[in-house]
Amino acid sequence: MNFYAIRAIYMFEMARTFRTIVQSIVSPVISTCLYFVVFGTAIGSRIQQVEDVPYGTFIVPGLIMLSVLMQSMTNASFGIYFPKFMGTIYELLSAPVSAFEVVIAYVGAAATKALMIGLIILATAHLFVPIKILHPVWMLSFLVLTCVSFALFGFIIGIWAKNFEQLNLIPMLIITPLVFLGGSFYSISMLPPLWQKITLFNPVVYLISGFRWSFFGTADVAVAISLSAIAGFMLVCMGIVWWIFKTGYRLKS
Amino acid sequence: MAPIVSIRDLRKSYADGGEALKGVSLDIEEGEIIALLGPNGAGKTTLISTICGITYASSGSVSVGGYDITNDYRKTRAMIGLVPQEITLESFQKVKDSLHFSRGLFNKPRDEALVDQLLKKLSLWDKRDARNMTLSGGMRRRVMIGKALSHQPRILFLDEPTAGVDVELRKDMWDIVSELRKDGVTIILTTHYIEEAEAIADRVGVINGGEMLLVEDKDTLMQRMGAKTMRIDLQQPITEIPAALASYDLRLDDGGAALFYTYDTRSERTGITRLLTDLNNAGLGLRDVQTSQSSLEDIFVDLVKG
Repeated sequence: MNFYAIRAIYMFEMARTFRTIVQSIVSPVISTCLYFVVFGTAIGSRIQQVEDVPYGTFIVPGLIMLSVLMQSMTNASFGIYFPKFMGTIYELLSAPVSAFEVVIAYVGAAATKALMIGLIILATAHLFVPIKILHPVWMLSFLVLTCVSFALFGFIIGIWAKNFEQLNLIPMLIITPLVFLGGSFYSISMLPPLWQKITLFNPVVYLISGFRWSFFGTADVAVAISLSAIAGFMLVCMGIVWWIFKTGYRLKS
Repeated sequence: MAPIVSIRDLRKSYADGGEALKGVSLDIEEGEIIALLGPNGAGKTTLISTICGITYASSGSVSVGGYDITNDYRKTRAMIGLVPQEITLESFQKVKDSLHFSRGLFNKPRDEALVDQLLKKLSLWDKRDARNMTLSGGMRRRVMIGKALSHQPRILFLDEPTAGVDVELRKDMWDIVSELRKDGVTIILTTHYIEEAEAIADRVGVINGGEMLLVEDKDTLMQRMGAKTMRIDLQQPITEIPAALASYDLRLDDGGAALFYTYDTRSERTGITRLLTDLNNAGLGLRDVQTSQSSLEDIFVDLVKG
């Protein structure tokens, strides 16, 4: 194992995070506060409790997931896309590093950053509404799993993307709708029966449901199914990454 | 001694049918400096990129230090430092951090002293805490070299190291190369500048259209070009070479207005002084004398066009 390389890339990526601290950390926190003001206070005061939880508290897990998903994905995709765009990728390709090490470093850094943001948002939310976490260990596990699997997914997007438009395409056009329709702000049981069925095809539902369970002990779908859905998604991403490095897809000709 | 880099029948073709390398074979000895000359698109960069792991070969094999570049890529790449043609640096990274980063990528522990020493040698010491994007083109080129040397490679690839570089940096570059050579580093450089090959290389390879046209010791090559021609313009045209000058290898041309004398610059006596005296004795008035040498450039152009 080339540990020095993993550390070098990881530290470089983390330095990028801290260099752009406003964009990286402050802006997701501000947007989360806005969500609380709008949904929690303005609208939330008119909404009854959802599953015995006050609405303001109910949306906390969904809001954290929303940010964590987007952050882990965009960080990893930018992390690997940028060297490709700038041309500095030559050094990575000519260095004695394996694909595995490269992925650990980039995905690890993106996941770390997303995890940090997730925890900061949790702390921020705590200032607005009372939060009690029933299963803290599970909460953290769900968070870490989500960070890692979506960082992997972002890594794939970053390698696939040929330009900045493509880089933003999937997060904007696919992931954002999936997250908003995945129950960030509502419980699936609030939907009409047909939509409840359709929603089950949305993978994000399982993430948010499982994560919410770790807070309140209630879930839209069984926790075991949530867990296997995330694990399955992660395995698929790993498979694609393995294939990318085996074939050199969009990295080497 | 086994060659440190051994390239065997290396081919690289693209999906559209284009061939960048058409079966290149080359052995590079440890400690030598070899210059690859060739026009744009000759395949120089493709050759280097393949050895360094940036592109795949279509067929053929390359071994570095006795290891295959595909199966033992960790061992081969660890020996190699690469300075690519294009200057690509992380804009926001500081100069010093760039070198540390590269060293880490090549699985070497952090070494402040070594990086400091490199920065000083490359005249980057004053800029060590500057971000890469604030540097001039020449400075960036130095950073690229620093990155390539940060893990103390045994083999250094310099792809067009002095293209678009000012005179001072070029001279510095040559100094760095000769210093590295003293440390036993093998250097492979591609260049457009024939004078560069003449100045620093031990061997010269000429590559064009994906083929290695010639690989020869620079001295052998220079010997081939050692012949020099002197053109002597006469005041009055003559119809034939006077008998008194028959012992010289002279050729009469330009309607009898000019004599051409071919001699070897390396021989102890070029015979020029004696010839001029004899010309004078034969009563031939000289209008002008000029000499010309077939340069590496001429040979190069001949090879590439032929």
